[in-house]
Amino acid sequence: MVLSCTDVRKTFGSHVVLDGLTLDVGEHEVVALIGASGSGKSTLLRCVNLLAEIDDGVIRLDGEDITDPRVDPDSVRQKIGLVFQSYNLFPHMTVLDNITLAPVRVHKRPAAEARDQAMEWLNRVGLADKAGSYPDNLSGGQQQRVAIVRALVNSPRLLLLDEVTSALDPELVGEVLTMIRELKGEGMTMVLATHEMGFARQVADRVAFLDKGRVLEQGPPSQVLGDPVEPRTRQFLARIIEAGRL
Amino acid sequence: MSPSQYEPSAIQQGRITFRRRKAVRSVLLAALSTAIVGTLLGVLVTGAPGWDRVRQSFFDPRIAREWLPEILEGLWLNLRMLVFCALAALALGLLIAVLRTLRGPVFFPVRALATLYTYSFRGLPLIIVIYLMAFGIPGLRLEGTPSVTVLGGAAIVITYGAYLAEVFRAGIESVHPSQIAAARSLGLSYRQSMRFVVLPQAVRRVAPPLLNDTVALQKDVGLISLAGPIDAIRMAQIGVAQTANFTPYVVAGVLFVLLALPLIAVTDWVTLRAARRQNAGT
Repeated sequence: MVLSCTDVRKTFGSHVVLDGLTLDVGEHEVVALIGASGSGKSTLLRCVNLLAEIDDGVIRLDGEDITDPRVDPDSVRQKIGLVFQSYNLFPHMTVLDNITLAPVRVHKRPAAEARDQAMEWLNRVGLADKAGSYPDNLSGGQQQRVAIVRALVNSPRLLLLDEVTSALDPELVGEVLTMIRELKGEGMTMVLATHEMGFARQVADRVAFLDKGRVLEQGPPSQVLGDPVEPRTRQFLARIIEAGRL
Repeated sequence: MSPSQYEPSAIQQGRITFRRRKAVRSVLLAALSTAIVGTLLGVLVTGAPGWDRVRQSFFDPRIAREWLPEILEGLWLNLRMLVFCALAALALGLLIAVLRTLRGPVFFPVRALATLYTYSFRGLPLIIVIYLMAFGIPGLRLEGTPSVTVLGGAAIVITYGAYLAEVFRAGIESVHPSQIAAARSLGLSYRQSMRFVVLPQAVRRVAPPLLNDTVALQKDVGLISLAGPIDAIRMAQIGVAQTANFTPYVVAGVLFVLLALPLIAVTDWVTLRAARRQNAGT
């Protein structure tokens, strides 16, 4: 198992967001987290990346308990990439500097080498001509692709994607999804929180439906999205379909 | 139709003519009202019963010429003080602001001291700080006590450092937490996140108020004259005492304004640029 969450609990005051959640993710596996707003998808990703501290349970990365307070969170985060809904690029840095910041400052790689690697990636995703631009001058889809590259240049063991297309105009969603599909082809282990059921169906090996801070149902996309067992999953999907029709 | 072939329509040409006419009328109106207000002010001041006396004792060209070189010499001290104090106060302010953001129990005393400092020195009048530093510290009769000029400068740095620390802190807090989250998610430590992500954005955002405080500082460096060093104000005071005429004060005042002008212009320019960038972003 690359990632293994066991009985994870997270509360904000009296509000229980994750209520004994258990989820395993194997090597090269892509798991899509679906569920209503507030079901704990984003919180789970933040907890895995140690941006939020869990209140009970254990999270393991390659078997190592990363929620042990003696573990250095910076070294854990270096192995886990996180991409945010609102991209969170650094507005005062060029695209290239955004990408090379961590390789140069954290991984202490030579600047020239980091730049070459960044340019290689930008070429691949068709953004080489934007290397010197500032994030403000990029479209949302371009910014999000840069944000994904920024996470990838650290060669993470695991990539977490938090609703990465939710802030995008519909015509820009495709370019980001194509990139994620390619990453899956290369064997990247990913956990993605998403509202795009069609995309979850295409790219995920497994879909996990979160409800009230637990994984209520999980399985192959065709089963969870096509023929869910739990009534609450059915309700959720019915609402999604209804909204899509409106 | 390509842009090169475009000709404004009759309606648009009518609008252009109308707007041009309106612009010309606005300029004429502004000039007229300025002339009226200027004349009225002039008549009011020069027509005052005591104007002749005031002109003799405040605007005597002979005394102004005579004292200008000496006051300029004093201003040289103000200028050096300004550069040193501004840089030192900015550095101190930034340091205090960063100390106040440190988390963790180990840093509690540091945080508490930094907070106490910004609270007390923003409340304490600068004049009192200068008196305490310039007269109190030499009173200790310690060896190697610096000159009153240095002590007075230190008083200004300490006082302004407290203000600038709060400006820097406002800037640091204005950087959205998602920026820190992004930096930390890449494996950057807290220190690295501050240095490469938070502080560069914070400083850019608060550059206008920082510069504005520097303008305020440039005139307050004149207060060190209270501690004894002969700066432009103290020199003007000597001039006033010797000539029994207030013209040297006016000369010193004009020089301070001239000294501030470039800094004020830079502040306006930076503020304008920041406002433009902010509007462009949304």
